[in-house]
Amino acid sequence: MKFEEIKKQAQSRWRKIWNDQTPVILVGTATCGRAAGALEVLQAIKDTVKKQNLNCHIYEVGCMGHCYAEPLVILRKPGFPSICYGHVNPVLAENLINHFILNDDPCLEFVLGALEENDLIPSFFDFPRSKYEKRILLKNCGHINPEEIEHYIANGGYESLSKALQMKPEEIVSEVKRSKLRGLGGAGFPAGEKWDVCRHSEGEPKYLICNGDEGDPGAFMDRAILESDPHSVLEGMVIAGYAIGARHGYIYVRAEYPLAVQRVQNAIHQAEEYKFLGENILGSNFNFDIKLFQGSGAFVCGEATALIASIEGKPGMPRHRPPRVAVQGLFGKPTVLNNVKTLAYVPHIIKNGADWFLQTGTEKSKGTAVFALAGKVVNTGLVEVPMGTTLRQLIFQVGGGITKGKRFKAVQIGGPSGGCLPESALDLPIDFDSLQESGAMMGSGGMVVLDEDDCMVEVARYFLDFTQKESCGKCTLCRLGTKQMLDILEDITKGRGKMEDLETLQELAEDIKAGSLCGLGRTAPNPVLTTLQYFREEYEVHIKEGRCPALMCQTLIAYYILPEKCARGCDACVGTCTVEAISTDKKRRIKVIDQEKCVKCNTCVAACPPQYDAVIKLSPPDRVPRFKITSSGAENNVSKSS
Amino acid sequence: MSDEEVEIKEKVRALLKGIGSKRENLIPILQKIQEELGYLPPDAMLEVARFLNIPEIDVYSVATFYNQFRLTPPGKHSIRVCMGTACHVKGGHITLAAWQRRLKIGVGETSPDREFDLDTVACVGCCAMAPVTVVDKKVQAKADPTRVDGILLSYQLQKEQEEKEKN
Repeated sequence: MKFEEIKKQAQSRWRKIWNDQTPVILVGTATCGRAAGALEVLQAIKDTVKKQNLNCHIYEVGCMGHCYAEPLVILRKPGFPSICYGHVNPVLAENLINHFILNDDPCLEFVLGALEENDLIPSFFDFPRSKYEKRILLKNCGHINPEEIEHYIANGGYESLSKALQMKPEEIVSEVKRSKLRGLGGAGFPAGEKWDVCRHSEGEPKYLICNGDEGDPGAFMDRAILESDPHSVLEGMVIAGYAIGARHGYIYVRAEYPLAVQRVQNAIHQAEEYKFLGENILGSNFNFDIKLFQGSGAFVCGEATALIASIEGKPGMPRHRPPRVAVQGLFGKPTVLNNVKTLAYVPHIIKNGADWFLQTGTEKSKGTAVFALAGKVVNTGLVEVPMGTTLRQLIFQVGGGITKGKRFKAVQIGGPSGGCLPESALDLPIDFDSLQESGAMMGSGGMVVLDEDDCMVEVARYFLDFTQKESCGKCTLCRLGTKQMLDILEDITKGRGKMEDLETLQELAEDIKAGSLCGLGRTAPNPVLTTLQYFREEYEVHIKEGRCPALMCQTLIAYYILPEKCARGCDACVGTCTVEAISTDKKRRIKVIDQEKCVKCNTCVAACPPQYDAVIKLSPPDRVPRFKITSSGAENNVSKSS
Repeated sequence: MSDEEVEIKEKVRALLKGIGSKRENLIPILQKIQEELGYLPPDAMLEVARFLNIPEIDVYSVATFYNQFRLTPPGKHSIRVCMGTACHVKGGHITLAAWQRRLKIGVGETSPDREFDLDTVACVGCCAMAPVTVVDKKVQAKADPTRVDGILLSYQLQKEQEEKEKN
């Protein structure tokens, strides 16, 4: 079958679903949704539909980006706009069908937003974030069923492949070069140049690898794309493979993403059936196949040469470059390695042309960037914004600001290779170069927002702990230097630090950067360097006063129940304490924490009703008054702003 | 050779059928074995080395390099606490401490009754739901210490129910 016919068939089926008089129900079942209970919601919907003997189209879709409101369900009923509901549970799902699908009550109190503009309900276009968002890579995510290739084709999928196969490979390379597309995995190397070198390198067969080893803790962009729109990545891979003259492709996905693995595998099978993969693709004489490789959980494998070593069946250790991977890569043959998002962009550039791509973004960073917003931000989720959007716009407009009305402290960007940027850096435009200058880096797009309750020393220690464990051990400075840095940071967070430690940290950081072979070691000190640069006084307070200003370092804090605030009859904390450390002081009828037993799990803080708000943290821990010896006067000395 | 050893070898041989004996298949083979047996027993690794015609130490070095592989038998239920950044700032380490306290085992260990094994995972990409714990492949959102107790209680009830049905 010719591509035009395939497309026509897919489109007519797609139109039938949406123009039909049958209601359509979409349930977001990416990993985030599943964690929040989407599969239970899906089951409840299926059961209700069966019970009521209804005729509905029910589809699983991927991530809609509004992770804060998962599980999400979209209901489309003729005569109404498509409506998205948030925080759906099985009971609500049943009610929605009974009230909305069976009767005409759209249950406005549970609506998150409508997908189209209308007079009835506010749409997503009225959200402040829609002013900043520009969905290109995420266009299909949450709208199509990722397990149905026809949904992708009906929405313009594989059209670019069909167009690309009519072009000469060098035309494609020069178009991508002209578009100035840069590697979206973090380093920002121009993709077209890589392709060009590989294309002209000697050696057969050539390989193309899609890097989906998204190891940065705090990042989930690639996972969401692979789970929600896997065909867009496959299409980009086939076009790239054609452009560089590759015969085989690998898509490297972390084993920690079982759903992404399953959906990519399914997508590969479908693409093979439709002749988008395999021999004589779409009737041309181009042959290309894609194998899925599951990464086994090593952060260092995000690095190109380490990733290649692991596909070859070896421990993932990086090697010296040159020779460049584009000249001598997988099995010693010329290889191109691109990130998931870089490849997913290729079909868009081929379809709309380089000039279209050049319209978005800044001078040196073109296009859009996808960010995973997480941490202490109201609207956690996945967003796509043009390059050049500022951090402030992203966190406060798109992300809706900080949770619980707390104060913004820092944003951790770029994972273990990036850094923590303070308030003063919020007006930086997000692109490859500005972030690098500030000491952080764009990384693959993980963004964790930190508020006043987060200790910057502890965050630096956390990242060093991570890189130290993940260091492959090849370079001495990375292997031993990160361990030394971690030991020092641990000392500081436990109140055993010395002022000269700060100089040692700085020196070690410079040495590790200079003496490491790959990106892991060269960037590992970044979290420490940026926190030292922007939050030095926090380090000093830990060392000089043995106090954690953010009340996060567990050794340096203690929990205490304020007697004057504690409601005497309330027992909320006593029941929830996981170690039975809270008891009622019979004589004075107040709750007391046994400091010996307390494991500092924070459960009592969460359990104390907000109108009492009696549980507080104190630092240093010796500020907790001792009951047997102190009078009520001493307790009054305790202030909350420790 | 004990019965168990024989059984492991037979299982591994059955798994290796239809797979090419190229070095590049080493990691997929180990993944397959772990999927089937739950861990990589020494005899299985020896069998793989023979099959791929590579030194035994090469199999062992790969098995110990990657976090995914385990060399001891898992418990009936697997507990994987996410240690990602978002989970950390929302108390992932506190959740881990709660699991350790309740199960009375450390990271990488199996409980004496073989019901649970505890481990950490770098990041499962559910950062918007932090802190999370993956229990038997299901991601549990907002898993704080109270939730830990709840999850354990549900397993206990399930076990009691099963035993009741048996009798």
